[in-house]
Amino acid sequence: MGLKAEEINEHIAWQDVTVGCEIYEAGTSRLTKTGEWRSKTPEWIKEKCKQCLLCAPFCPDASIPVSDGKRDEFDYEHCKGCGICIKACPFQAIRWKEEG
Amino acid sequence: MSIRERLSGNEAIATAMRQINPDVFAMFPITPSTEIPQYFAQYVADGKVDTEFICVESEHSSLSACLGAEAAGCRAVTATSSAGLSFMNEVLYVAASSRLPVVLAVACRALTGPININHDYSDSMAERDSGFIQIYAENNQEVYDNYLQAHRIAEHPDVRLPLMICEDGFITSHAIENIELEEDETVKKFVGEYHPENYLLKEENPLAVGPYGISAYYMEARVAQAHAMMNAKKVILDVAADFEKTFGRKYGLIEEYRMDDAEIAMVIMGSSAGTAKACVDMLRKNGVKAGLVKVRVFRPFPGEEIAKAIANCKAVAVMDKSEGFSACGGPLYAETCGACYNLKNRPLMVDIVFGLGGRDFTVDSAKTVFDRLATIAETGETGEIYTHMGQRER
Repeated sequence: MGLKAEEINEHIAWQDVTVGCEIYEAGTSRLTKTGEWRSKTPEWIKEKCKQCLLCAPFCPDASIPVSDGKRDEFDYEHCKGCGICIKACPFQAIRWKEEG
Repeated sequence: MSIRERLSGNEAIATAMRQINPDVFAMFPITPSTEIPQYFAQYVADGKVDTEFICVESEHSSLSACLGAEAAGCRAVTATSSAGLSFMNEVLYVAASSRLPVVLAVACRALTGPININHDYSDSMAERDSGFIQIYAENNQEVYDNYLQAHRIAEHPDVRLPLMICEDGFITSHAIENIELEEDETVKKFVGEYHPENYLLKEENPLAVGPYGISAYYMEARVAQAHAMMNAKKVILDVAADFEKTFGRKYGLIEEYRMDDAEIAMVIMGSSAGTAKACVDMLRKNGVKAGLVKVRVFRPFPGEEIAKAIANCKAVAVMDKSEGFSACGGPLYAETCGACYNLKNRPLMVDIVFGLGGRDFTVDSAKTVFDRLATIAETGETGEIYTHMGQRER
């Protein structure tokens, strides 16, 4: 078996690339900071939030962490900025961030 | 003990498949390969195999289904021809880069147009850069023997590449010849079972296949794939050596026919090589030092071996049974020339495009080529380098 996902990076030699670029474990997207693809960023307005939790299941990328029945700050390392959460929120507690 | 049988090339492949008993056969019919799944369907109906036989809606799907099966850890096969192979094009590259060793039987047939169902190598040659290993057969026996060697080559850990077993449409796929079949048990023992180290259905070890590869990884992945193809040369020869030990028939990357002292020679592939051999024998009886190099394996290309075989000839004709429309010669010619470029002494070399869409190639046709080579050898002048043969002309 070849390298584990966490050992694969932009410095490995071709001899160390796994056969067919196979990845030999699950859940490896945690290791890849795909949030950098984002061109627009959602912003959570905490004071407007009623913790109804509609946003979290709508997020296609599991980038709204929930613990103890409450949502937390966005996981911007994986959020792609699709804006679905903004549409899903009934309380306008999520908006597009003003880009500076 | 070998069994003497009369079989068509397609039936020989179907028989080999029955003996190997693959896990999955995803089929879509197209002339002249259709008989392969047709015969195999009967084996399924008769309970002679326990293969999952999937009738899909296209060739794109048949190869895709094979990829899924291979990724899941199965041995998967399919068959196609012509436009069907072209329709697989996208998936061929996925199979090769994902390093999934599907074995694909190709009854080689012309591509449109005009629409034509007969033999040439337009289809397989168009896929020469797909990353598939390609092995070509001169006759039905070779089709059968090549097929028995296919899985071991493709699945070898140093290779892990998909592989095409190419036969000449109708000429080999449908003509019936006497062949030596091997016993089921001996074949099963020779081919062995497929036990990949990693596969999707391996519960204790989840696997992701075919990930996105950004610029930081793509180059490395392609170099690794190129090396796998280079490794295939040795593996093909090793498997051939074991095949000879087991069944007594000898195979190499190329076959040199009466080349020891040959002054003029042809480089040729498939069933036409058999016809040309008859011509070589005839010329040899008349004292002409003619010979022939048959290219059995086209991918990986046996450049060094071909160059070595023809290095001492005075004149060589490379016989292309596909028109690559490069306006300066077919693919076999281009690669043979390339292979010979660094030889200190190299023969004069011409390209002859012939036999397109089933146009006959006879012993007389071969004689015309050798006559021309004799003139080239004598005068030292090649004349036109890229010509066609067998077409009507004003």
